[in-house]
Amino acid sequence: MKSKSDPEAAMPLPSAVFHILVSLAEADRHGYAIIQDVAARTDGKVRLGPGTLYRSIQRMLEQDLIAETETRPAPDADDERRRYYRITPLGRQVARAEAERLSALVKLARSTGLLSRRV
Amino acid sequence: MRVYAALLHLYPRSFRAEYGDELLAVFRARTRDAMGPRARVVLWLDILTDTIASATAAHVDLARQDVKSALRTVSRSPGFSITVVLVAALGIGATAAAFAVTDHVLLRPLPFVRPDRLVKLYQDQSFRGYSRMETSPPNFVDWRRESRSFAGMGAYTSWSSNVLGASEPVRLDGALVTGAVFGVLGVPPALGRTLTTIDDQDGTARGLVISYRLWTTQFGGRADVLGQSVLLDDEPHIVVGVMPPSFNFPSRETSFWAPLRFTGELMEDRTNWWLDVVARLKDGVSLEQARAEMQGIAAQLAQAYPAANARNGITVIEMRDLVTRQARLTLWALTGASLCMLLIACTNLASLLLSRTLDRHKELSVRAALGAGRDRLVRQMLTENILLTAIGGAIGGIAAAAVVPLVTRLVPISLPIAEVPALDGRLFAICLLVTVWTGVLFGVLPSLKLASSASLEGLKDGMRTGVSRATERLRSSLVVGEITASMMLIVCAGLLLQALWRVQAVDPGFQAEGVLTLSTSLPMPKYSDTQPRQRFYAQVLGEVRSLPGVRQAGYISFLPMVMRGGIWPITVDGQRSDPENAHMASLRLVTPGFFDTLRIPVLQGRDVRDTDRPDGPRVTLVSESFVRRHWPGLDPIGRRVAFAFGDLEVVGVVQDIKVRGLERESEPQLYLAASQVPDGSIIYYSPKELVVSAVGDPRALVPLVRAAVARADPLVPISNIRPLSEIVEADTAARVVQVRVLGAFAATAILLAAVGLHGLLAFSVAARTREIGVRFALGATPGRVMRLVVGRGLVLAGFGIGVGLILAAWAASTLQALLFGVDPRNSVVYAMAVGVCLIVAVVGTALPALRAMRVDPLDAIRAE
Repeated sequence: MKSKSDPEAAMPLPSAVFHILVSLAEADRHGYAIIQDVAARTDGKVRLGPGTLYRSIQRMLEQDLIAETETRPAPDADDERRRYYRITPLGRQVARAEAERLSALVKLARSTGLLSRRV
Repeated sequence: MRVYAALLHLYPRSFRAEYGDELLAVFRARTRDAMGPRARVVLWLDILTDTIASATAAHVDLARQDVKSALRTVSRSPGFSITVVLVAALGIGATAAAFAVTDHVLLRPLPFVRPDRLVKLYQDQSFRGYSRMETSPPNFVDWRRESRSFAGMGAYTSWSSNVLGASEPVRLDGALVTGAVFGVLGVPPALGRTLTTIDDQDGTARGLVISYRLWTTQFGGRADVLGQSVLLDDEPHIVVGVMPPSFNFPSRETSFWAPLRFTGELMEDRTNWWLDVVARLKDGVSLEQARAEMQGIAAQLAQAYPAANARNGITVIEMRDLVTRQARLTLWALTGASLCMLLIACTNLASLLLSRTLDRHKELSVRAALGAGRDRLVRQMLTENILLTAIGGAIGGIAAAAVVPLVTRLVPISLPIAEVPALDGRLFAICLLVTVWTGVLFGVLPSLKLASSASLEGLKDGMRTGVSRATERLRSSLVVGEITASMMLIVCAGLLLQALWRVQAVDPGFQAEGVLTLSTSLPMPKYSDTQPRQRFYAQVLGEVRSLPGVRQAGYISFLPMVMRGGIWPITVDGQRSDPENAHMASLRLVTPGFFDTLRIPVLQGRDVRDTDRPDGPRVTLVSESFVRRHWPGLDPIGRRVAFAFGDLEVVGVVQDIKVRGLERESEPQLYLAASQVPDGSIIYYSPKELVVSAVGDPRALVPLVRAAVARADPLVPISNIRPLSEIVEADTAARVVQVRVLGAFAATAILLAAVGLHGLLAFSVAARTREIGVRFALGATPGRVMRLVVGRGLVLAGFGIGVGLILAAWAASTLQALLFGVDPRNSVVYAMAVGVCLIVAVVGTALPALRAMRVDPLDAIRAE
């Protein structure tokens, strides 16, 4: 799969992909950790299913948004069998672009009074 | 846990291999975290929806990837791809078209309510060669009254009439029907009502039902057509209904249905056979029971009216069986030929795909070595093959839709169905079926076979690149199969071509070149007397003959090969033969000049003359075969012949003509002088076919002749303007199409076989380059090497030709009924077919043989 170096090409991101990017932007994580992290961040509103997660991961790997990492976290937290993922510079760029896109949309909604400014 | 592991099988294998463990780990962690039964239920629901959704998406993803990469591979080798697509399109298109027509004519139910219960009834006069003869009105009325097997029985006859009241006066083909006909067929009208038994009664206004086409073309498709008054041959009719477009009864030409009433004189003559009868079997009554009952009724009628009905039976057949044996055979032959085509196309495809996959053996092995699973490789090849076949199928389907109307003309159909099958879901389904069949058998199987051999071996450079003996043998037998099928097609096409030539060589008995024909139908009752008709003929013929470029002109009742019937029982020399041995003759009325116009030689005696007055002695001309049959070796002039209405004196003998068409035996002919027919007698036979012999192009005369007719009577409609040669050509049109289609099949087949043979040998030469190099190095001459390659090709061709000869002989024998007397073992045809196959074999081997001769031993061995 040819890598897509243009962040715009991946826009708009599926929400699962965005959540995974955000989660990995903070730290390298393995699959279940991503699920837990996303759930925590969204007050349990978004619970990624394992299938959805790994299918997204597969595609994100192909698109160079994330990579499997060789460096393991502290040995005590490590589970040998797990694969860990980290965000790539491209993934970071894409996540940022997506966040900007979303915030532009929010701005738009505010300027038309659809959304109150307090939020 | 185990349940979830099983669930994982929903994912594509590659995905499962990559992430299965991870998924299981996540699942384990989640079950650990899920406390209490409620949480577990929620978890399972979650997992189920997640698995199904993501598994589907993963499959779609993969398929999209496969198609994308397939498209890339396909576009990388356009030559190969186009060949595959075209070959597939050819096979699929031909088969789909042939099936569509066969389905239309032989398989699809007739467009009536419960068509399997519909039967046709005929007078069975097998004792004199007519088992399906129309019946007479009195007989029909008796059949209807006496029989108990039928829910309804109706009679009808074709009838053409001048129609006034639509947008312009026209001559139209229609039918006279008893009211029961519509009920029996069970087709509701599109507008208004159909005729019913009430319309059979004399004294009521005559209703008229019109066809959809007539309604839209002549009545503007307006709803207020109902109640409109229309004159049919000067008889007023009220339009009461419009039939839907799919209603083609009794034939596609039928434009209207008028009431048939059995009044007065119609009921007098029991031997006037002109009624067709259609009936619907009662529920629970079998065809056999109905036949038995009608046999009984026939016996009663024979006893009651021996003069008309002695030895007569009644034939009851299913309506579907109206398809003639010849038409049936033609269709099955067509289907067989198209299957041959499909087979050849498929073998070629398989061969192409095999060689291509072999070419890519190394690429596949590399990918296998890099960790691509076998299923992934198979999947991708499958996608490629199916993609190509599907494109081919789509093109083939479009081509089939385009040629179906042409192919339909192969079979002159006497069924009451639309001429051209509707391009509906069935054609689509047929295409799809054939495509899937092609794709699976010849796309999937080679892929599977090759994928199983895609292994590390391909990487070893010195290996003979993947030519297993089994594969070679498979490809060889494919080539043999192609040549076999080609042989069959060539032989059958050749035999049919011979038959066509033979039919075309038949002398019709008249000269059609330069003759213009047209119908000037005479409105009745204005022309029901002989005098006004004679005046009309005299004026038209007088004017036409004086036109520049006209050699001669004349009138006759019906044109040969257009109207094939018109047969009457006759009595010769006053010897009243019993009815069952009555002699039949084809009867026509003619004006002077008719024979000369068609250059039918008067062999003895004289032509009819204007001086043959109605009050003078009645004269007739007979054909040679008439003389041969009744007065062999005697002088016919002055002898007497009698038929229904008169006693005639033979004044001349003319050459026989092929009234029933080139392929059939015609009854002896009897020609009466139009001027001598008693008033109102056999009006149907009044000459209305004008024939004009031109010096130059007959079509140039059309406006002048039209004007001449209009001057004689402006209210006489003119129709069916065409050269006589066109009528003669139409007689062999179906054969011409048959030969063309089969010829095209045969040509394509042999071409494909050549390509197949070439492909096989080229590949094998390429694979054996090293071996050939070694042979050269060991002192083999180029001639020897060439013989090696050519010999192999010829052996394969020989096999194919041998098997082909046997199968072709079998196929030809089944075609015998279509061969018009050409011997199905015609040696010229077989020799030609063998010759063509051999030439093709030589051509197919030439290039590979040359390539083999040019192998440089040093290069070949150095690569070792």
